Amino acid sequence: MLPQPKSMRALQILIDGFAVSALYALGATGFTLIFGVSGVLNLSHGAIMVLAAVAAWAAASVLHTGTYAGALIGIAAALVAAFATYFAVVQPIQRSRRIPNEEKEIFVLTGTLLWGIMIQELIAYFFTNNAKTVLPIVEGVVDIVGVRTPRNEIFTAIVCCFVIALLWVLVNRTRTGKAVLAASMNPRGVTLLGLELNNIYIVVWAIYGVLAGIAGVLLGMFLGVSSYSVGPLTASAFSIVVLGGLGSVSGSLIAAFVVGYLETLTAYLISPAYRTIPALLLLVFVMYIRPQGLLGRR
Amino acid sequence: MSGFFTSRLFVISLVVIIVAATLPLYVSGYVLGLLTVAYYFGVFAMAWDLLFGFAGEVNFGPTFLIGVGAYTAGIVNNQYGWSVYVCIILGALASVVAGFVLALPALRVRGPYFGLTTLVAVLMLQNFVVVFADLTGGEIGLTIPDVITISANANYWIALGFMTVSGAILYGLSQSPLGLVLQASGQDPVQAGALGFNIVKHKLFAFIVSAFFSGLSGALLVFYFGTASVGTVVDVAVGVNVIVAAVLGGRRTVLGAALGAIFLIVAGEFLRPTGELATFIVSFVALLVVLFFPGGFLGAALSRGARA
Repeated sequence: MLPQPKSMRALQILIDGFAVSALYALGATGFTLIFGVSGVLNLSHGAIMVLAAVAAWAAASVLHTGTYAGALIGIAAALVAAFATYFAVVQPIQRSRRIPNEEKEIFVLTGTLLWGIMIQELIAYFFTNNAKTVLPIVEGVVDIVGVRTPRNEIFTAIVCCFVIALLWVLVNRTRTGKAVLAASMNPRGVTLLGLELNNIYIVVWAIYGVLAGIAGVLLGMFLGVSSYSVGPLTASAFSIVVLGGLGSVSGSLIAAFVVGYLETLTAYLISPAYRTIPALLLLVFVMYIRPQGLLGRR
Repeated sequence: MSGFFTSRLFVISLVVIIVAATLPLYVSGYVLGLLTVAYYFGVFAMAWDLLFGFAGEVNFGPTFLIGVGAYTAGIVNNQYGWSVYVCIILGALASVVAGFVLALPALRVRGPYFGLTTLVAVLMLQNFVVVFADLTGGEIGLTIPDVITISANANYWIALGFMTVSGAILYGLSQSPLGLVLQASGQDPVQAGALGFNIVKHKLFAFIVSAFFSGLSGALLVFYFGTASVGTVVDVAVGVNVIVAAVLGGRRTVLGAALGAIFLIVAGEFLRPTGELATFIVSFVALLVVLFFPGGFLGAALSRGARA
C-alpha cells in the first residue's frame, strides 16, 4: 500500500472497520438470539455460514445462476442447515430422557460441534479446501474523500445494517417477534399464555438460518471463505456474544463493533499478524471484571 | 455392588494391559507407533474427564495445558540441551503453573463462560507460538534434538506404562472421597458448599491434577515425535478430539476416556483409505453415540452389566 497521510489512513480504518464490524454483528446476532430464547449455543455456526457462502459460490460460478439467484441459494442452504441442526441434533438431545438435564448444555455443545465438523468435512470433500470468493453483487470502486473503497464493501455494510434494523422491527413490532422476546424472558410464562414454545423455537431457528445465510454470503463476497474458516468464525461469534453478554442482542452489536474496530486498528497500525490478539486480551479482561459481559443479565 | 464392579473392572483392565504389553511381540512397528500416540492421547482424555466428568467444568482448552507442557519441554531441550527427563518434568510443572493461572480467573465464571475462557487461552497460546517464532519454531514447528529412545518397542512400553499409571492414579482419585466431593460440587455447587466443602479449592485441585497429567503427557509426546507444532499439540481441533474421545468413551468413567481416545485414533487410521471422508465418518459415529448412547462405550457396558 502506498504511504498515505495520517487523516486518510484514519478514514480508511473507519470505513474498513465499519464494514467488518457490521458483518461480525450480523453473524453474531442470530447466534445470540438462539441462546437468548432457547439456551442453545450452536457451535456449528461457522460451518453454516461457510456452507451459505460456498453454496452461493457454487451456484454462481459453477451453475451460472447469476449473483442474485446465487445469493438466494446460499441463504436457502443456510436455512435448511439451521433446521437440520435443530431437528437432527438439538431437539433429540433436549428431548432425550437418557441425558440428565444438567448435562444437556454440554451435550448440545458437543453435538453441534460434531455436526459442524461434518458439514465442514463435506464442504471440503465436494468443493476442496481452497478459498472461494463469491462474485459480488455490486462491483467497482468508489472514492470516499480520497479513500478508494470497493462498492462491495459499502454494499456489505448497508445490507448488514438494514437486516439488523429489520430484525429489530420484527422482534419489537410484530406479534411473532414479541412472542420470541417473551420466550427469551420467561419460557414458562409464554406457555401459560397459550403459545406453543416449540413453534417459537422453529421461528427463531428460521430467523437464525436466514441471518447466518446472509452473513455467510456477504462474508464470501467481502473476504472469501474456505472450509478452514469454520473454526475461527464460530470462535469469533462466540467471543463477541460473550463479550456483549450472552443473549443480549444489543450487547452483541456493541461488542461486534468493539472487536471489529480493535482488529482493524491492530491490523493497520501494528501488523496483520497480531490482528486477533488485542480482542482476545480484552475478552479475558472483561470476563475477569464483568463475567456477565457488557450488557448481560446474571 | 460397586465393589463387584471395581473388582471385575480391575480384572478386565489387568488382562487388557497384559495383552497390550505383549503386542510388540507380534504386531508391526507401524501399529505400535499408532498405539503409542493413542496412549498419550488417552491420558489427555482422562485428564480432561477428571475436570469435566467430576468437577463439572467444561474445559474447551485441554490443548492449552497440553501445549504449554509440550512447548516448555521442547524449548528447554532445544535452547539449553538439558536432559530429556529434566525437560519433561519442567514441562509438567509449567503446565501446572499455567493451569493455576488459567483456573484462578476461569473458576470465577461458570458454564459457557468458563468454556470460553479456556478456549481463549488456547487461541492466545496459538498466537503466542506464531508470534514468537524464533523461540517456538512458529508455524513450521519446533525441532527437538533429543528423544527418549529410538526403539519402537521401548517407546510403546513407556507410553503404555505411563497411561496405566496415570489411569490408575486418576481413576483412584475419582473414586476417592475427594472425587465424590468434586462430583458433588460439579452437580450442585450450592448444596456441596452448604455441606461445608470448599468448592473452589477442590476444583482448583482438580484443575491442577488435570494440568499435571496433560502437561506430562504432552511433554512425553513431543519427545516421541521429535517435534512440537501447533497442529499436533495446540490447535483447537486437537482439543476437540480430546473432548470427543472422553464423551465417546463415557464421561465420568475416566478409564472410558482412554478407550475413546484409542478408538478415535485407530478408527481414523482404519478409515484412511476413505481419504478426506475419514474425519466425517468419525464425527458422524461420535454424533450417533452422543445422541443415542449418551453414556458412551463404558457407560453403555456398565449399565448393561448393572441390569444383568
